[in-house]
Amino acid sequence: MRLTDIESHLVKFRVGIAGAGGLGSNCAIALARCGTGTLVIADSDIVETQNLNRQYYFADQTGMLKTEALKKNISRINTSVKVIIHNLKLNESNIPSVFEGCDVIVEAFDSTDMKKILVETVQLKMPGIPVIIGSGLAGWGNNETIRYRKIDDTLYVCGDESTEVSNELPPMAPRVGIVANMQANTVIEILMNKLTV
Amino acid sequence: MKIILNNRDEEFKTSSLTVSEMLELKRYTFRMRVIKINGLLIPKDKYDTTIINEGDNVQMLYLMSGG
Repeated sequence: MRLTDIESHLVKFRVGIAGAGGLGSNCAIALARCGTGTLVIADSDIVETQNLNRQYYFADQTGMLKTEALKKNISRINTSVKVIIHNLKLNESNIPSVFEGCDVIVEAFDSTDMKKILVETVQLKMPGIPVIIGSGLAGWGNNETIRYRKIDDTLYVCGDESTEVSNELPPMAPRVGIVANMQANTVIEILMNKLTV
Repeated sequence: MKIILNNRDEEFKTSSLTVSEMLELKRYTFRMRVIKINGLLIPKDKYDTTIINEGDNVQMLYLMSGG
């Protein structure tokens, strides 16, 4: 299929990004480059210097809200993508309204508590909406351990499913970027599969 | 009973188990996880009361920190 045909299909869809850190910012950029119609991005953090080792922000953006910085960066790449931002901390009660109307939701949090809240809330309160989890991306090397697994039509996981970040095993651009792009690739696959329906 | 755990056959001596009992028997104790039984997500506060029966399809995945 030609790229223009792919883009005219992807423009019809809305994708939720829960968290705008290493996974969320890189995943959003990949989806924007593909021509995804609308991105709904939620985060409450500001860009800090230590984020720049892996997150899609620039040194002159430190101190900005991540949602606003990311919206700006996306607009510098693809002006046709509609970006809806929510500067808030997601929880069980606001997740369904923030991501209402999304065709797919990307789980892009740092903490396991937030990952669990997002996955459980979408699975229980937004039935049928696929969630793409990022799980296991710490450190460097070990390309062969990073994988993709489809649990069922509404749950997918990308990552090594074994490493946790720590002082000795920090998150770094290459592995975080691989998992973020694997999540974006999964989103594109799900959306492209809607073409034949 | 026989169940399917992460796409593999798994056999237990009892005829049914709660999710908590299964986690204990398998020594899955420490990490943050997501569990689905026959496609239905089981929230953590239901692990003690949700029963796994013969033939059930149990999917489990670990949530690792980092993003």
